[in-house]
Amino acid sequence: MPLETIIAGVMIASLVLYALLGGADYGGGVWDLFAFGKRAREQRKLIAEAIGPVWEANHVWLILVIVILFTAFPPAFAGIATALHIPITLLLIGIVLRGTSFTFRSYDVQRDDVQRRWSLLFSIASIITPVLLGIILGAIASGTIRVENGVVTSGFFRSWLAPFPFAVGFFALALFAFLAAVYLTLETRVWELQEDFRRRALAAGVAVGLLALLVFVLAERGAPTVRAGISRSWWALALHIFTAVFATSAFYALWTRRYRLARVCAAAQVTLILLGWAFAQFPDLVEPDITITSAAAPRTTLQLLLVALALGAILLFPSYYYLFRIFKAPQSGTRDTIL
Amino acid sequence: MDDLLAARSQMAMSLAFHIIFAAIGIAMPFLMVIAEWRWLRTKDEIYLTLAKRWAKGTAILFAVGAVSGTVLSFELGLLWPGFMGYAGSIIGMPFSLEGFAFFTEAIFLGIYLYGWKRVPPRAHLFAGAMVAVSGALSGIFVVIANAWMNAPTGFRLVAGKPVDIDPIAAMMNPASFPQTLHMTLAAYAATGFVVAGIHAFMLLRDPYNRFHKAALAIALAVGGTTAILQPLSGDLLAKSVAKTQPVKLAAFEGQFQTEQGAPLRIGGIPDETAGVTRYAIEVPYGLSLLAYGEPNATVKGLNDFRADERPPVAVVHVAFQIMVACGVAMMLIALWGAWRYVRARRRWLESKWFLRVLVAAASLGFIAIETGWVVTEVGRQPWIINGVMRTSEAVTPMPGLIVPFITFTLLYILLAVITVWLLLRQVAASPPSPEPIAKEAALAA
Repeated sequence: MPLETIIAGVMIASLVLYALLGGADYGGGVWDLFAFGKRAREQRKLIAEAIGPVWEANHVWLILVIVILFTAFPPAFAGIATALHIPITLLLIGIVLRGTSFTFRSYDVQRDDVQRRWSLLFSIASIITPVLLGIILGAIASGTIRVENGVVTSGFFRSWLAPFPFAVGFFALALFAFLAAVYLTLETRVWELQEDFRRRALAAGVAVGLLALLVFVLAERGAPTVRAGISRSWWALALHIFTAVFATSAFYALWTRRYRLARVCAAAQVTLILLGWAFAQFPDLVEPDITITSAAAPRTTLQLLLVALALGAILLFPSYYYLFRIFKAPQSGTRDTIL
Repeated sequence: MDDLLAARSQMAMSLAFHIIFAAIGIAMPFLMVIAEWRWLRTKDEIYLTLAKRWAKGTAILFAVGAVSGTVLSFELGLLWPGFMGYAGSIIGMPFSLEGFAFFTEAIFLGIYLYGWKRVPPRAHLFAGAMVAVSGALSGIFVVIANAWMNAPTGFRLVAGKPVDIDPIAAMMNPASFPQTLHMTLAAYAATGFVVAGIHAFMLLRDPYNRFHKAALAIALAVGGTTAILQPLSGDLLAKSVAKTQPVKLAAFEGQFQTEQGAPLRIGGIPDETAGVTRYAIEVPYGLSLLAYGEPNATVKGLNDFRADERPPVAVVHVAFQIMVACGVAMMLIALWGAWRYVRARRRWLESKWFLRVLVAAASLGFIAIETGWVVTEVGRQPWIINGVMRTSEAVTPMPGLIVPFITFTLLYILLAVITVWLLLRQVAASPPSPEPIAKEAALAA
């Protein structure tokens, strides 16, 4: 396999991890907004405790995606950053507000009105940011970013100000909210809270299904090449079957309160969706003018980058494992249904 | 304001904002680890309170630093796609390494902040040390990328395109070592002085508070040591600039004429149209001696460079003077502190004048960092990659750049206000418990 393809694979893997981990942190913010009922305060507390120790580490996956993109595929980074200047700028504002409001809330006085103000900012930023992220990915997939001789010719609006990227945006939001609700069922041993998030996960799961359908329908005109890839390739059928199997299993597991199983299935479902998009778009990096090969940096850079990524992974994964073992390990006496 | 100026202003503003949090992110974990180590060694509760307080401050500042750093990594492409498209494959390497350093920092900070009760004391201290080390590494990698813009190596230009790219050679460019050393020391010195200044202020109001004394001692030990070393690294860096960017050196000094035995100018205002620097105190042979180690060395003046390859002289010269003045003042204060410590020992913090000077000097380090980056960046103009690519060639074709510039400026002003306000209330204030602790200690003694 050519080096640039391997590195593009690592980049997609980082994006998947960002969705599974960082995405769920945004989803937490969504459920902070929709915390209601007599356990609203407990719900918010649970979300904050789940996100607190890990969100900054989870956020770095996005940085890794960007760094790989501009090191290994500089013209693609330049093209995307030019054509999508506006949504990326808005995304950044969302990232800034989400991170700071969450931290300020944690360290500001614990008075209700103060906390509620930060909560509102935190949850709104947590909703807007995934939508923008989806819009950006949707625009990249849409085939409307045109680049000639390294110059973007399709303007600053056309590629993202369209129904398809927005549908992908809301789809991303639903997926992140779904992941978060599923994960949160395992963050507590309080039956009522588990039930709260189980219901939310089921609702979000329905939203995911409906929005997936909408994205698929809009893709016919909004992203024809990728849609063709996803409908007609030899692997397309297998992909759809597996995604459907995991989606249904996640639903079934939630219904029957098998939360561990639900978590695995939900994560697999999200992974497959992103991989399906990546395969459908392969070998294009930005549909249709920039391919993985045409944008690839010189061989020396790619080799060194791969070495750096490998060494970095050796350092990273044990540390990450340690972090999650400390804060996410099942507490003693792990029965999922203790009152 | 044209779009190039708006882009430059946005980048300058983003960097000026981020560097404060980045510098604190490098040094603050180090202070916090020292405090925790003292707690484990002495079992004096004051050090535990201190470590926890500083950890709180670090948490707030790190979050702002992390998100403003994210903004910068995107802004490289949003504002300078020409630069990134051209240079990404050459200098992406240090950014990739920085990515992993940042990962380590974020992971262990999470463990440190939330793990007080979840991991054993030694593992907790280790987590703090990992944050301190990876924070310093993050900074070093990013400064290496900047050093490359000043002294680009690791490629050959063929018909305007870079070929034979060697990312390792690019990282090993001649500016890397002096620049990273200078910035790393600056981070510790500036942070140490701010923290020392805050606690000196509290001590003036409450002279026998052991909490603030302990805090001040650690902060000044770190900030003072690095402030004393800093002029040496500055000298090293100036010599490297003399070699790789002679026009920048001439701008530092407001040196218009090429001159043998050039003087060192202290202060003064460069007049670019007349080509002279007025009102400066001139130390004979000083510049030749400092830049080249020989009193009669020739220093090339600005007039001998093409007009369209000179940086704006007045800004660079004045910023350079301010930076040096702050650095010298900090070194002198650090030496005074050391002398007081030797002379007065346990009573070394009981001089009101010493504490007042520390309060007055609190922001000097950050003024030096900001002006130092003005010197580095404005002094490199009109180039984004020295001698290779002009800033105007790198800028995005996106129109209306004034809008994001104003948006981010307002956003950052808001964040700065909230951060300062939170820090003052949550971190700097005297802990509610030191009096009882001090009394208990006194009773026990």
